[in-house]
Amino acid sequence: MTTKRIVVGAHYGLLDWIAQRITAVVLAVYTVVLGISLLVMPEFSQEAWRGLFGATFMRVLTLLAFLALCWHAWIGVRDIYMDYIKPTAIRLTLQVLTIVLLVGYVIWAINTLWSI
Amino acid sequence: MRCLHRLGLKKMNQSSGSAGPARARPRFRNIEIGQILQYRLPPAGIVSILHRLSGALLFLLGLPLVLYLFQNSLGSQASFESYKAFVASPLAKLVLLALIWAYLHHFCAGVRYLLLDLHVGTEKDSARKSALAAIAVSLALTAIFALKLFGAF
Repeated sequence: MTTKRIVVGAHYGLLDWIAQRITAVVLAVYTVVLGISLLVMPEFSQEAWRGLFGATFMRVLTLLAFLALCWHAWIGVRDIYMDYIKPTAIRLTLQVLTIVLLVGYVIWAINTLWSI
Repeated sequence: MRCLHRLGLKKMNQSSGSAGPARARPRFRNIEIGQILQYRLPPAGIVSILHRLSGALLFLLGLPLVLYLFQNSLGSQASFESYKAFVASPLAKLVLLALIWAYLHHFCAGVRYLLLDLHVGTEKDSARKSALAAIAVSLALTAIFALKLFGAF
């Protein structure tokens, strides 16, 4: 059975491992893109800042990066719970709170990006 | 049994080849929280625990604060002004600097882990050097951000 496990299969435990790395690469690329955008900005003004995130391309890119961030944070925080929080009830409660919080953050980010 | 075990230990210590009498290795059983301060971690261990600490800090404080500042900075003229007033306070700058360090350390250590996953630099010596590099690069970049934040340039 173990020999037939593949990366793109479901529920082998590998999904989280690979997702953590892929979301990390997405975030690293976004960090560099944002860093360059800020460096080439002549001066930091409200117009220039709103102009940067007002472009549809940047909105979509930022939201994709934020979704990657939340997925990445979920796996990392869950790993911390799994290491230090042993009682099932407390761990489950913290996990649910974390998911609710992260989904709320995503909605907050969408609202911010699309009300520029 | 017990004697044999001790003899074995003594033999092992003597055959390790180091000069002088063998020093008793510290033993950690039923680890208590106070013992954490006595740990002497290798550079890779320091990078690892700081990766976890910085990640937790970014989740607990970084995410809500950055979303709040992001919203204010992109909103109306008044909210942009309140954003500027917020980040102008020295306390906010210190908090932001801590978050900047956390992000940079998490970034540098993360790149190191991605390379290790690709079997790049897994030898003991190069892994030690890359761990030291992750600590040094993130601290150096944090220093540049600190100079910028506190208006040196």
